[in-house]
Amino acid sequence: MTETITYRDAMRAAIREALQKEPRAFLMVEDVGRYGGCYAVSKGLLDEFGPERIRDTPLSEAGFVGAGIGAALGGMRPIVEVMTVNFSMLCLDQILNTAATIRHMSGGQFSVPIVIRMATGAGRQLAAQHSHSLENWYAHIPGIRVVAPATVEDARGMLWSALQDPDPVLIFEHVMLYNMTGELGAGAGPVDIDRAVLRRPGRDVSLITYGGSLWKAMTAAQELAAAGIEAEIVDLRSLRPLDDATIMASVARTRRAVIVDEGWRTGSLAAEIATRIMEQCFWSLDAPIGRVCTAEVPIPYARHLEEAALPQVPAIVAAVRSVVGR
Amino acid sequence: MTKDQAAKVHLTRAHVRGLYKEMLRIRRFEEKCAELYTQEKIRGFLHLYIGEEAIAVGVMQALQPADAVVATYREHGHALARGIDMSRTMAEMYGKQDGCSRGHGGSMHIFDAATRFYGGNAIVGGGLPLAVGLALADKMLGRSQVTACFFGEGAVAEGEFHESMNLAALWQLPVLFVCENNLYAMGTALAISESETDINRKAESYRMPSTIVDGMDIVATENAARRAVEAIRQGGGPAFLECRTYRFRAHSMFDAQLYRAKAEVEAWKEKCPIEHLRKWALDAGSLHAEDVDSVEAEVASELAAAIAFADSSPWESVARLLDDVHTPRQQP
Repeated sequence: MTETITYRDAMRAAIREALQKEPRAFLMVEDVGRYGGCYAVSKGLLDEFGPERIRDTPLSEAGFVGAGIGAALGGMRPIVEVMTVNFSMLCLDQILNTAATIRHMSGGQFSVPIVIRMATGAGRQLAAQHSHSLENWYAHIPGIRVVAPATVEDARGMLWSALQDPDPVLIFEHVMLYNMTGELGAGAGPVDIDRAVLRRPGRDVSLITYGGSLWKAMTAAQELAAAGIEAEIVDLRSLRPLDDATIMASVARTRRAVIVDEGWRTGSLAAEIATRIMEQCFWSLDAPIGRVCTAEVPIPYARHLEEAALPQVPAIVAAVRSVVGR
Repeated sequence: MTKDQAAKVHLTRAHVRGLYKEMLRIRRFEEKCAELYTQEKIRGFLHLYIGEEAIAVGVMQALQPADAVVATYREHGHALARGIDMSRTMAEMYGKQDGCSRGHGGSMHIFDAATRFYGGNAIVGGGLPLAVGLALADKMLGRSQVTACFFGEGAVAEGEFHESMNLAALWQLPVLFVCENNLYAMGTALAISESETDINRKAESYRMPSTIVDGMDIVATENAARRAVEAIRQGGGPAFLECRTYRFRAHSMFDAQLYRAKAEVEAWKEKCPIEHLRKWALDAGSLHAEDVDSVEAEVASELAAAIAFADSSPWESVARLLDDVHTPRQQP
C-alpha cells in the first residue's frame, strides 16, 4: 500500500511523529505556530502540541538558534527552523562558533543534538535575499552534518534519523519541492542519512546531484535516454559527509561524471565532488568532469532571468552530451 | 526559612575565609599565568581577570551544583570559583591532555561537564543565547535550576545581547545575566561605544529586574546574587546584575594600554576587592591574621601542585586529532 503525499505533508508527518515519539522534542521559529509556518509545513501542529512545543519566536535568528543549541546542551531535542537559508546568515555565528565547535573545543565533553531545518533554493521569484543555495557553505564546516531530502520518502524519514544523531544536523529543503507529490509506502519511516542512493541506473554517465536539482536531472536523463544515452543518477542526500563510496562506484562504472548543483560554481559542492573524483577515480575517467551550476549572479527577480541563472534541463542535457561526446 | 533569610549572607569566620581564599586563588593563579606566558608555557591569547575576582566568587556563592554557568574568554576566575580543579585548569592553559578541555580549548575555552560549566565563549555576546537555551531546557523539563551567564559590558552592543534579553524576559526563563562592567571593551571606553551608558536601563527596558552592584565589594556582590538567584529559582523569571568593576591588567598580553590613563588604573587598584575584604574583615574580627597567612600558604601549595601537574601532563596524541569533532554514535 502506498499513499500519494506532498513533500510538505511528508515533512509535517515527520515533525508530528518526532513530537509524538520524543517528549524532549519541540519546534521553534518565527511564525511556526499561529501562522502555520511560512511554507505551511507546521500548519495545524500548534493545536495538536500547544505553544510550548510549537514555539513562535521573535525575529531573532541568532537568539533562537543559539537558544536551541543551549536547550540541546540542557537535554532537549530541539528542531529549529530558519525560514530560508539567506536568513541563516544572522545565526551563522551560533551554528559555526558554538554548535559545530563545542564538542571539540570542550575536549569531547558536550554534544549538541540539535536539528536545524532551512528552506533553500530558487524558483519562486523571491529575488536575491530569499533564493540562494548556501548549503555548501555549511557542508564546509566540520562538526555538523548536512542533509538534503529530495523525495517525499526522505522528507518523511530524514528528520527522525537526524534527531537520533548526537551532533547538529542541518536539513535543507528546496522550496520548489514543497508542492511536489510522491508515493509513500504505508510503513515509511526513518531513513539512513549517511548514504547517497542511485535514483536511476545507467551505463554512460554519472549525473551527481541533490535536492531540488534531482528532478531536473531525472528529466534530463529521460531526454538523454531517447537519444540512446543512459545516465545513472546519484542523489547525494548527505552533503556532509559526502558518501564517496557510492559516488566513486558509480563513476568507476560509467567512466564519466556531470555534477548538477544549484550553488554558484566558484567554490561549489560540485567543485569539491569533482576534485574527489579526480583524486580517487582519475584513471577510470574517459572524459573531463562536467558541471552545471548557478550563474555567478545574485538570483534575479524577473522569471526569465531567474530561469537563466539556474541549472536547467537543456543545460544538463548539453553538459552530458559534451562529456559523452555524442 | 523565609526568602530574606535564604538570601542573607552569614559572615561567619569560615565563610569570610572562604571568600578570601577563592579570590586569592584566582589572583595567584593568574599572576602565575602571566609569568608562565613570558616563559612560553602558555601561548595564544591570555585575558586576565585580576581586579574583577569579587564578581565570579560572589555570584558562585549563590549557585547550586546543578545550576549552569556560561562565561566568556576571560573565564579563569569563573572556572576556579565554580570548582573546576586548578590543576586541570592549569593543564588546559598549557594545552595539555589532562586539561579540562584536553588542550583543545586553551585559556579561552574552559569547559567542565561535572560542574555544568559551558565555556569559555570567545565570541563576544555568543554565550548569551546559549544561556537562554540552557534555561529554556530547565523550564521545559520542570527543573528548578538557574543558569548564570557572565559577559562584559562590550557584549551589550551586540545584537545577541538584545535578542537574548528579550527571549529570556519574554519566556520568563531562569537566567541570571551578570554584566561585568569594567568600562572598556578591549580598548574602547563605554562612553564612545554606547548611546546609553547606563547598562542597568537596558535591562529595565526588557522589564527585567536589575541591580547595580559594586563589583569590587564581594559581600555586596554575593548579597545581590543571592537575592537575584532566589527570586529566579522561585519562578520570578530572569534577573540582571550590573557589576561595576575594573580590569587591573591589560586586555590581553598584546595590549599596550594606550586608551586609559595610568592614574585611572592606580585609582582603581586602591579598590582591590581582595585587599578591601582583608582589611575590612581583619578590622571586624571576622578574619584573623593567621587566616590570612594560612590561606596564602594553602593557595601557594595548590598552585605549585597545579604547575607540577601541568608540566608533567602529556600532550594530546596527534592520532586523536579528529576524535572529538563528532560524537561516537551509540550502537543500535
